[in-house]
Amino acid sequence: MSEKNLSREESYSYDRKTIDYIRNAAAHGLYEIRGMGAKRKLPNFDDLVFLGASLSRYALEGYREKCSTKTILGTRYAKKPIELEIPITIAGMSFGSLSANVKEALGLAATAVGTSTTTGDGGMTPEERLSSKTLIYQCLPSRYGFNPDDVRKADAIEVVIGQGAKPGGGGMLLGQKVSARVAGMRTLPEGIDQRSACRHPDWTGPDDLAIKIQELREMTDWEKPIYVKVGATRTFNDVKLAVHSGADVVVVDGMQGGTAATQTCFIEHIGIPTLAAVRQAVDALEDLDMKGKVQLIVSGGVRTGPDVAKALAMGADAVAIGQGVLIALGCNHDSYFQNGEHYPACADYSALGTTAGFCHHCHTGKCPVGITTQDEILEQRLTPEFGAKHLKNYLQTLNMELTTIARACGKQNVHHLEREDLVALTLEAAAMAKVPLAGTSWIPGVGNI
Amino acid sequence: MDSLKFDLAEIPLRTVNTFLHQEAPGQGVRKVLITNPDGAHNIAVGLDFPVEIEIVGHAGYYAGGMNKQASITVTGSAGTGVAENMMSGRVHVKGFASNGAGASAHGGLLVIEGDAGLRCGISLKGGDIVVGGSVGSFSAFMAQAGRMVICGDAGDALGDSLYEAVLYVKGSIKSLGADARIEPMAEADLATVKALLAAAGPAFDQYAPQDFKRVASARSLYHWNADANQEY
Ligand code: SF4
Repeated sequence: MSEKNLSREESYSYDRKTIDYIRNAAAHGLYEIRGMGAKRKLPNFDDLVFLGASLSRYALEGYREKCSTKTILGTRYAKKPIELEIPITIAGMSFGSLSANVKEALGLAATAVGTSTTTGDGGMTPEERLSSKTLIYQCLPSRYGFNPDDVRKADAIEVVIGQGAKPGGGGMLLGQKVSARVAGMRTLPEGIDQRSACRHPDWTGPDDLAIKIQELREMTDWEKPIYVKVGATRTFNDVKLAVHSGADVVVVDGMQGGTAATQTCFIEHIGIPTLAAVRQAVDALEDLDMKGKVQLIVSGGVRTGPDVAKALAMGADAVAIGQGVLIALGCNHDSYFQNGEHYPACADYSALGTTAGFCHHCHTGKCPVGITTQDEILEQRLTPEFGAKHLKNYLQTLNMELTTIARACGKQNVHHLEREDLVALTLEAAAMAKVPLAGTSWIPGVGNI
Repeated sequence: MDSLKFDLAEIPLRTVNTFLHQEAPGQGVRKVLITNPDGAHNIAVGLDFPVEIEIVGHAGYYAGGMNKQASITVTGSAGTGVAENMMSGRVHVKGFASNGAGASAHGGLLVIEGDAGLRCGISLKGGDIVVGGSVGSFSAFMAQAGRMVICGDAGDALGDSLYEAVLYVKGSIKSLGADARIEPMAEADLATVKALLAAAGPAFDQYAPQDFKRVASARSLYHWNADANQEY
């Protein structure tokens, strides 16, 4: 039969991706585990645009007039709130999922631009404490490496209830990454496939959480801000409960948030997009009259300066970035830089069954560019200094874009950006963010149709 | 000044904890009596110096939480998470303990003379726990390192997804959790139980090491396994 007579009608329900999925399931009897965040198309900050100043609003001169980016977090109860130069922070990522070099790079870059970094599952490394002027210490369900000395060394504590990539799920670190050092910090046998708990060991509901938060305050003499991080699901209720439990800062991580390793069914099918979550979170704070008293950090797919500006305009006080940070360090780049030279990484991507630009293989521990690895040879592909330089540039660029947009909207302070500055380009975004569809005053689902 | 008394009916807990963190270590305080705890939460949390604390009465959640070095006695019962994340030292509860006793403790010794609730020793990371009575369900869940001696019975799913922690149970075990199994007691186990019972104090003299069963991990869940039928 000639090529042109072959039937090529692809099934919508059983397309090539689905057929591939079923074949894999049948062959291995085990779900797919991968890194990074949701790959499916989701409504996001690109679906919003700003209404800049014109006759009805006054713009600020882009290069002359000041636009403040100072950000203060944890003003509710803590004696020593976190003071940042920019509202863009580094999200929690563990030593174990990342190499020690990368953790150090994050600290160096964050310190250079005046922002904070965050530990992850597995505890605090001395390198990251040393390199980070402001370090947020996560208290996770697993409590791997969690100890009172590091609580005292931290600048704030983040109680992690969930993560956008896997709300309701615990962490995972496959054996390739459970090196002697990682295993030692986590009190685990070397090389095992580590599964973290999804529930905290010593409290169960919001009433207990309130007492847990009080314990952390008592033990640090009420000095350090306590953040509570939730994966975005029933965000309106979760944020309210976090506030009732006594959080100084609530971190809401949308479903585009990344992970080092999780089941794909979690990443793609559990949680709500960041755009929807941020509005629910702000509504909850406004409902409780706690806007400005409890600060909100939004994460999950925040990639660009405009994303940051839109999150702030929606009502966030700051954002946290994970995947964007890794990409700035070289994730998915086709080469790496070592001993003053660029080397191609294509063969290493191929060995993982992928190619630069499409990699999500952090779970393998064989990161071609030396980021998400504990392999002694691979981790040398990224030095702290090289990583820090690029990350600093990235954060600086985002901040410049943020202030550019704020000035264009007539704001002397990026925290003055407001929802009224935004309109939506799609119906979905208008409904989720509850801002009008561009060119109309219509917000789907709000008021009379 | 080596002995002090704080009456929680008169002094706010925050003042007591702050004193114990900031001033007591430098002032040579060696003994502290805390009266009228009345179930207050977070008594004597985050201590980091060698001091003897006696809490006279019942304590609420997290008594002695994250303890280092201190020896803390609760003469009554203790609420959820007593001695959680303890690093070293000793916490001794004369009465009963609620849920999550000794959760995630990295070191030190937790002694509970009465029963302990659900999830006793959950996520244990190297600490030792001796319970005079029984423990509730899901005790030693994902316990990673350390030892537990249970002189009474254990509830459902004991030692589910255990790592390297070892449990010794004198009474009945309602059910074992995934990957936990009963193993023969070796000489070293008998010595361990003997030492832990002795460390727990005179109330535990009545027990004989040879009456205990050893529960440890079969280590079959240490690596992903397609045939495990969602047991983990
Ligand atoms: S390049 Fe490295 S960090 Fe990026 S997705 Fe691949 S394995 Fe992960």
